[in-house]
Amino acid sequence: MRSPAVATSIDRNAPGLLSRIADSESWLWRLMLAPAILYILLLVGFPFLLSLYYSLSDATVASREMHFVGLENFRRVVESETFWVALENTVVFTVISQILVLVFANALAMALLADFRGKWLVRLLILLPWVAPISLGSVGWLWIFDSIYSVINWTLRAAHLLGPHQWPIWLGTPDLAMASIITVQVWRMLPLATVIILAGLCSIPQDIHDAAAVDGAGFWRHLFQITLPLVMPVGLVALLFGIVFTFTDLIVVFVLTRGGPYDTTQVLASWAYFTGIQGGDLAGGAAISLFLLPVLVVVAIVFLRSARRAEVA
Amino acid sequence: MAPFTVRTRRTAAASGHAAVLVFFVTFLAFPFYWMLITTFKTTQDLYNTANNPYFFNDPPTLHHLQVLFGDTQYLQWLANTAFVGVAVVAITLVLAVPAGYALARMTGAGAQNLGIAIFLTYLVPPTILFIPFSRIIATLGLQDSLWSLVVVYPSFTVPFCTWLLMGFFKAIPRDLEDAAMIDGLSRLGAFIKVVIPLSVAGMLTAVIFAFTLVTQEFVYGVTFITSSASYTVSVGVPTFLVRGDVYFWGSMMGACLIASVPIAVIYNFFVDRFVTGFTVGAVK
Repeated sequence: MRSPAVATSIDRNAPGLLSRIADSESWLWRLMLAPAILYILLLVGFPFLLSLYYSLSDATVASREMHFVGLENFRRVVESETFWVALENTVVFTVISQILVLVFANALAMALLADFRGKWLVRLLILLPWVAPISLGSVGWLWIFDSIYSVINWTLRAAHLLGPHQWPIWLGTPDLAMASIITVQVWRMLPLATVIILAGLCSIPQDIHDAAAVDGAGFWRHLFQITLPLVMPVGLVALLFGIVFTFTDLIVVFVLTRGGPYDTTQVLASWAYFTGIQGGDLAGGAAISLFLLPVLVVVAIVFLRSARRAEVA
Repeated sequence: MAPFTVRTRRTAAASGHAAVLVFFVTFLAFPFYWMLITTFKTTQDLYNTANNPYFFNDPPTLHHLQVLFGDTQYLQWLANTAFVGVAVVAITLVLAVPAGYALARMTGAGAQNLGIAIFLTYLVPPTILFIPFSRIIATLGLQDSLWSLVVVYPSFTVPFCTWLLMGFFKAIPRDLEDAAMIDGLSRLGAFIKVVIPLSVAGMLTAVIFAFTLVTQEFVYGVTFITSSASYTVSVGVPTFLVRGDVYFWGSMMGACLIASVPIAVIYNFFVDRFVTGFTVGAVK
C-alpha cells in the first residue's frame, strides 16, 4: 500500500490516486470513529433496547427472573390516576415554562446586545443558574420557599401585600407548588435560551437594522417585523433544547416537592423514578419513562429538519 | 423632531434597558445572594422572623462552614466529584478527539449524517435510560461505587464533545495538514503534531463542558449510589443534608454556593464557544 504522504506529494490531480488516498484514509477514519460509536451504542443504544424490553416484562429490583407480559405494564400505568396527573403536569410544566423562557430570553438578549460597563459580571450572574448544578440551585429555592422563613412571604408582608392571616405555603399547596416548580425551571433554562438568542441577534447584519431605521420603522414594528422573524431559527434551537431538558427533567420536582403534596406535582420522569427505583418496580418505571419518547422523537425530527435547512442555506 | 423629545426618548430607552437588566439579574442571581448571606448568618438571626432577612442583624459567623466541613462528608463529596470529573474528562477526550477529527475531515453526506446522529444521542435523556442502567450496574457489581458514574457519564459527554470538537477541527485549515504531509508526516502524524497543538483552546472548551456536565448530573448519581460516602456534591447535598426535621440551612447554603460559583466563573470565559456548539449552524 502506498502511504498517503507519498501519494499527495506526487500528483494531487490524478483521480486514480486521489481515490486510493481516500480508500486508505477511510480506514483511519473508521478506526478513529469506532471507539466513540461503540461506546455510545453500548451505553445509550443497549440500555435503550433494555428499557423497551423491561417495559414488556415483569422485572423488579428484588428478583433476577423476569417474564414477558406484553403490554400489561402500559395498561397498568394508563389505568393509574397518578399517570394522568403526571402527564398533565409534565405538559403544563413544559409548555408554560418554555413560553415564559422564550419571551424572557428575547427581552433579556436584546438588553444584553448593547455595550455597557460591567457586562462581563452581568453575564456571569445571568449564567449562574445554568452552570451551577441544578440540584443545588433547587436546594437554594427550597430555602426561599420555606414554609416558615420564606423570604418571599416576609417581603410581601413587609410591603403589606399579605394580610395578617395570609401566609402562602409555597410547596405545600398543589397549585402554588406547581407554580414554584415552573418558576425554578424558568430560572434554570433562561440563561441558555438567552445566550443562544443573543448569538442569533448578533448574527443579524447591521445594514438590515439601518435600512429599517431609514424606512422609519418604530420600535414595535422593528421588533415584530424585522428582529423576531430573523431570530426565529435560533429561537427554535433554544426551544428544542428547552423542551428536551424540561419534558424529561425530574430534578426540580425531586428536590422541591418529591412529587407531593399527594402526588399532585408528580411529572412523568419523577414518577418513573419513584416507581422504578424507590418502589423497585423496574418494569413499571420503564413503561412510564417510555411515555416521554414520542415528544423526544418529534423534537429530533424538527431538529433534523432545521439542521438540514441550515445546510442548504 | 425637537431635540427635547429625542433626549427624553433616549432617556426612556436607557432606563427601560436598565430596568429589564435589573429585573432579570435580580431574578437569576438572587438565589445565590441568598445562599451567600444565609451561609454567614447566625442561627438565631436566620430563625428570628422579626429580623429583616436581607441583612446581617447579628455579626457574620463562620459557624455553618465549620459544621459543613467538620461534621458532614462534604469534603469527601467534593473529592468524589473531582475524581469522577477527571476520569470522565479523560475518557471523553480519548473517545471524542479522534471521532471529532474524523468527522471534520471525512467527505460526503455520510459524515454529516453520522455527526448529526451522534449529536442526537445527546438528546436521549437519563430519565429513559436510568432504569435499565440500575440493573446493569447491579449486575456489574458497581452499585455504590464511583466507577459506575465514571463508566456511565461519558454516554452524555462524548456525543456533545464530539460535536463541539468537530466544529473546532473544521475551523483549522486543511492546507496546514497537507503541508505537513508533504514534509513526510502521515495523516495521523499530521493530526498529532499539527492539528492537536492548534486546537488546545477547543479541547479546553470540551474539558470544561464535560466537567460541568459531570458536576451537574443528578439522576444517575441518585440511582446508582446509596451510601453517603460515595455521593457526588450534586447528589449528596439535596439527599443527605436535606433529611430529617432539622435543616441546617446555613451549612446547606454554603455547600450549594461553594460547589456552584467557581465553575461558573471558568465557564463564563468559554460560553461563546458552547453557544456555537448548541446552535448547530443555525447562526452563521
